[in-house]
Amino acid sequence: MELQTLTFIVVGLTFALYIGIAIWAKAGSTGEFYAAGRGVHPVANGMATAADWMSAASFISMAGLIAFMGYDASLFLMGWTGGYVLLAMLLAPYLRKFGKFTVPEFIGDRYYSQTARMVAVLCLIVASLTYVIGQMKGIGVAFSRFLELDYETGLFIGMGIVFVYAVLGGMKGITYTQIAQYCVLIMAYTIPAIFISLQLTNNPIPQMGLFGSLSDGTPLLARLDETLIDLGFPQYTAQKTTTLNMVFYTFSLMIGTAGLPHVIIRFFTVPKVRDARLSAGWALVFIGILYTTAPAVGSMAFYNLAKTVQPGPVSAVDGAMAYEARPQWFKNWETTGLLKFEDKNGDGRVQYRKGGDNELKVDRDIMVLANPEIAKLPNWVIAVVAAGGLAAALSTAAGLLLAMSTAISHDLLKGMFAKNISEKGELMAARISMAGVIAIAGWFGLHPPGFAAQVVALAFGLAASSIFPALMMGIFNKRVNNTGAVLGMLAGLLSTLIYIFWFKGWFFVPGTEMLPNKPENWFLGIQPEAFGTIGAAINFAVAILVSKVTKAPPEHIQHLVEDIRTPRGAGAATDH
Amino acid sequence: MSTPQATSGEAYWKANLRIITIHLVIWAFVSYFCGIILRPLLAGIPVGGSDLGFWFAQQGSMFVFIAQIFIYAAQIGKLDRQFDVHED
Repeated sequence: MELQTLTFIVVGLTFALYIGIAIWAKAGSTGEFYAAGRGVHPVANGMATAADWMSAASFISMAGLIAFMGYDASLFLMGWTGGYVLLAMLLAPYLRKFGKFTVPEFIGDRYYSQTARMVAVLCLIVASLTYVIGQMKGIGVAFSRFLELDYETGLFIGMGIVFVYAVLGGMKGITYTQIAQYCVLIMAYTIPAIFISLQLTNNPIPQMGLFGSLSDGTPLLARLDETLIDLGFPQYTAQKTTTLNMVFYTFSLMIGTAGLPHVIIRFFTVPKVRDARLSAGWALVFIGILYTTAPAVGSMAFYNLAKTVQPGPVSAVDGAMAYEARPQWFKNWETTGLLKFEDKNGDGRVQYRKGGDNELKVDRDIMVLANPEIAKLPNWVIAVVAAGGLAAALSTAAGLLLAMSTAISHDLLKGMFAKNISEKGELMAARISMAGVIAIAGWFGLHPPGFAAQVVALAFGLAASSIFPALMMGIFNKRVNNTGAVLGMLAGLLSTLIYIFWFKGWFFVPGTEMLPNKPENWFLGIQPEAFGTIGAAINFAVAILVSKVTKAPPEHIQHLVEDIRTPRGAGAATDH
Repeated sequence: MSTPQATSGEAYWKANLRIITIHLVIWAFVSYFCGIILRPLLAGIPVGGSDLGFWFAQQGSMFVFIAQIFIYAAQIGKLDRQFDVHED
């Protein structure tokens, strides 16, 4: 069957499945809309969390990022998984015991301060909104590349699907569609990986293939290192950034992961405190399947690409591939612009090199997108990859949209402006704000700001420097009071924002940066994306010092903290 | 009535903090130390075309993280019962 038709059928089937789930999982109360009625099994929630967490970028771009960064990309692998250990031990079970619906609600109650709650709402909305723009772009891009639809048409279809299940079902609808989306995306990711690993290393398990040997007995990684050095690239397994920067960057990503509200609220959906702990473990199992496959995909696809364009020795005149003899997949991805050849020396051969005489521009996304074609897999695998990319983008978008819409209907509307709103009224408000944030996210998807690529740093920076420390101190330090928490959050937030803007321009406006974004200008050689670690340290320090010199929190707050530290009684909060 | 409960709560919390601290030391050891800082020292131990530090950074630490969460869940579950603060 024609690839195009097949892709339409596979993507169409997955969309029909998501809509079917939406109709089945309609939310009937705010408890269902905000927290899926707290009835989600921990394994199911682990799967939904994995889909919630793994975005279009994880699915499409991460393997390519690893391919080009080599060892240095370990900071993403460790940073985006190590955060779950922190979630499981430091946050999720206690926030579940607290038994409310949103992250700002905990901060507001624990620090008995509407200001604290508002600062948290602001951080949540900025972090989630910047994050969701990338997902919207991912949806549009996936549609246009695989189905050759316009970017806009693809975006509207994606918005329509999310609208149906998020507005109807809220957290309940999102949870069950995320489970389905996880199954689609993990299949789409692992099938090509298994084939490529078998072809190169004769081992069907990509995680073992990465450390395995090629058919001639040379280890894959050793051969990849040789190949890259021949082409003038840095060694794959060598460290290129400084150790301090790598440590700080990894730590920022870990605490940022633990502090992202759309991930935290997933743990409000399980019935018990002990389910929240287990669920974090299951989430990491499901995430780990993809994250341990990604380095294999990255290195193997990169190796295949390098071998295709440079089949012979670099020194030989005919070592590089003749452009005329390029394979079909090369032609296919040239038309999308992900591969670009420019014959600088006019010899009709593709010289892929590091530096000025390079003739081939390679977009990193190709490592996942073109993988099935490079490995000569059947068309249905390519169709499944398309559905997987869309599933990854849709599931993360839905989680972020829910975090934002609940902050609006629950924290702003019910918490501030309409305290006496009825249950029915709040449910309606939640649905309307969901529709509103979908429209806003769609608008940003159609008019992506130039800084879209920078914003992931912003989202993690905000979560790491403001939300994570406030939550952790709220549970582990009874002495931190309202003034300390608010000043700490603001200090962490502002220092991180200023550091990012200093090197990337104020509000990312090009030309307004105070210093060029280069290692020699960075404080202690720490890049802006890694500054969340220092922002968090500032937050902790300010909050603890200010609390020391101001009044201790009232008695009932101290009891609240004692109460969330022990699991018993979480069931009672279920019917809240 | 409230006094023994409060003390048992405190003892439970202290025991919990001890377990968490040990886990976080292991967590930091496998990722920051084996994966990054101590990698030059582990360079002599080859693992499939690279070294042990590379393996920890790209794979090993994630396996340890997963194991840690399940082990912690079991440990704290036991503690919940021991101090009688478990659910239902």
